[in-house]
Amino acid sequence: MSATLPLVEQFQYGLDAPICLTWELTYACNLACVHCLSSSGRRDPDELSTAECKAVIDELERMQVFYVNIGGGEPTVRPDFWELLDYAGQHHVGVKFSTNGIKIDQRAARRLAANDYVDVQLSLDGATAEVNDAVRGAGSYDTALRAMTNLAEAGFTGFKISVVITRHNVSQLDEFKQLADRFDAQLRLTRLRPAGRGADTWSELHPSQAQQRQLYDWLVGHGEQVLTGDSFFHLAAFDGNALPGLNLCGAGRVVCLIDPVGDVYACPFAIHENFLAGNVRAEGGFSQVWRGSELFAELRRPQTGGACNSCSAFDACRGGCMAAKFFTGLPLDGPDPECVKGHGERALAGLDQAASPKPSLDHSHRGRAAVPLTIGRRAPGTISPPPDVRPPVSACAQSPLAGLTS
Amino acid sequence: MSTDLELGAPGVAATFDLAAAWTLHPQVAVRPERFGALLYHFGTRTLSFLKSPQLLSVVQQLADQPSARAACLAAGIAPADLPAYQQALTRLADSDMIQPRKPAASST
Repeated sequence: MSATLPLVEQFQYGLDAPICLTWELTYACNLACVHCLSSSGRRDPDELSTAECKAVIDELERMQVFYVNIGGGEPTVRPDFWELLDYAGQHHVGVKFSTNGIKIDQRAARRLAANDYVDVQLSLDGATAEVNDAVRGAGSYDTALRAMTNLAEAGFTGFKISVVITRHNVSQLDEFKQLADRFDAQLRLTRLRPAGRGADTWSELHPSQAQQRQLYDWLVGHGEQVLTGDSFFHLAAFDGNALPGLNLCGAGRVVCLIDPVGDVYACPFAIHENFLAGNVRAEGGFSQVWRGSELFAELRRPQTGGACNSCSAFDACRGGCMAAKFFTGLPLDGPDPECVKGHGERALAGLDQAASPKPSLDHSHRGRAAVPLTIGRRAPGTISPPPDVRPPVSACAQSPLAGLTS
Repeated sequence: MSTDLELGAPGVAATFDLAAAWTLHPQVAVRPERFGALLYHFGTRTLSFLKSPQLLSVVQQLADQPSARAACLAAGIAPADLPAYQQALTRLADSDMIQPRKPAASST
């Protein structure tokens, strides 16, 4: 049979529809997390109506977008949230929604457990209330734990516990895993991005180089048991070993973001006018944006490695995360700010941080500070890798035709 | 929230019976793409990729053919390439994307 390109090569040029997309239903949120990607807090008066949301779902069904990651803000505070959830299910669009748990009472948990088309992702950024609440706000740990208890008691197994890795919780990886196991849930770890309010707190919160290595070893040790949203592909440059999943920036190629007012951005971490591709309210709707946007066409052209071209790890990390570079003021064709070879750190040292691009939108609560950062720097914890460390499985090795010779 | 592409975990490889009748799992949706296709299982919420149009053709033929081997041949797969497709089908069966089917009365 004919030779097939690796999936990473195929995906570089984009797909007819996204594989999964993030849809932030509202900027309204009861919390004010210091690293919020979307600077959420207040509802935008122009947010999509129930009818407009249903029209988007109809379109996703036509495009065969099998599932969406719904977030916010806190999506469950929208009064029509449950109606939209049911509508998506009826139209064969699966939903995984992210929540801080505020509305997941016993009744909601039973309703969710009965719905095959829904998956739930609880956000938790510390395995202890002290570490979590310092980032997410007082009481948020208890809220999340109560929601998890309700889900588990309703028989909802396999929900996700989603953790943004910071220098303060990277020493708690084993505790997070134990917590997930206790609830028969699945642990998901994702990368802290300098987007939204995270742009202001990233330099205080992002893991150190030594912690990145620790994280990488832990992820390699736990393989498929732990989800990562494929967000740590910049770590693939360690040893040249890829982590499970797709090690590629999918922005505008296989993923994108629809924000609460219908604006379509290249990825959830790039809410900035430079990455705005269009709006679902315009003629042609979402599919026209996905297929016709000049920005997306540009992102689907072969990218040059720029300053990274001469690096031996370029094929593994492909220069890292576009949004992380952008919001830290680094050139998009240069190293990621957390480049494991240290190139990003050196590049950042020569930059005027105050000149970095700022997020275009801010829906933060007025007159209310985001959660104050009170945790001091702590010594990185020690984590020993489990004895049976197995080689990571690449995205391609998981596909049905892996190992197939041409 | 993030850009998840959470792929189906590979299961334990068992020998796939090419002589048996198979079909797509009723909760699996197929989206053809230039490289082959995406499969999504709504029950297990996992995604899988068919890395060639030929494999997509095989999968699409499964329900109408008396055996997986017949589906491969109907899709134009050369007999020499059958082992590779057997391997691909094994992975699809392991992740529940395809399932055994009672053969039609007219099957050989």
